[in-house]
Amino acid sequence: MDPRNMRDMRTPLARAMGLGSAKEGVGAWWAERVSAVALVPLALWFAASIIAHTGSDYATFIVWLRTPLAAILMILLLIALFYHTALGLQVVIEDYVHSTTKFAAVIAVRLGCCALATAGVVAILRIALSG
Amino acid sequence: MMPSPTITRPRPLSPNIQIYRPQLTSVLSILNRITGIILSGCAVVLVVWLVAAAWGPHAYAPVQAAIASWIGRIVLFGATFAFFLHLCGGIRHLVWDTVHGFELRSIYISGWSIVAASVVLTVAAWVVSALMGG
Repeated sequence: MDPRNMRDMRTPLARAMGLGSAKEGVGAWWAERVSAVALVPLALWFAASIIAHTGSDYATFIVWLRTPLAAILMILLLIALFYHTALGLQVVIEDYVHSTTKFAAVIAVRLGCCALATAGVVAILRIALSG
Repeated sequence: MMPSPTITRPRPLSPNIQIYRPQLTSVLSILNRITGIILSGCAVVLVVWLVAAAWGPHAYAPVQAAIASWIGRIVLFGATFAFFLHLCGGIRHLVWDTVHGFELRSIYISGWSIVAASVVLTVAAWVVSALMGG
């Protein structure tokens, strides 16, 4: 090993093969940005809608959720929200958890987000489509 | 088993977090992460609320009562600030992703801007909400 390269983070094999640190990571990074771009208008619409429904009773709230626009935007919000949440929490776990617990935590986050998004979407569909 | 003698290369080390004086840049960076974790919890509450609404008025009433209680409102107020700070911080990150605003002066201007915008939007949301009949 050349002493001049002592401070280099990359292994000699990685140097020979021209491999950088990130290969598949850019996919998750990009997906987090795409979901963030989707969430900006969806989250603002959601916040404005909730503020507009302050003091609304159950019936009024259900009537609003039954309108096609509200139902569609709520479903899109739930999908983008839990996709973004899964990616964000995975990064947090990968930064702070360095044991085999990491894999269990990442799997739990992914399955949990999947289950919560499904539950939310089914709830919206049930409200929107029930007679 | 004999431990094989390995040549240990000195790895670069960064000082631990408490060495650094908190700055706007570092505080907002960690706050974006903390608010993201808080909002993950809020997303769970959102689903509970929607499922209760789908279940019917009997399931919806206690969830709505919990949210409308004083503790619920204090938590919701904090969640509103976390929401706007993460939203504004996220937009700031998206701007950085286009390789704009990296000069030190720009970073501090955008940093204080998102703090001010989050405070204003949080207060505005609650004032409008109160006027709507909260």
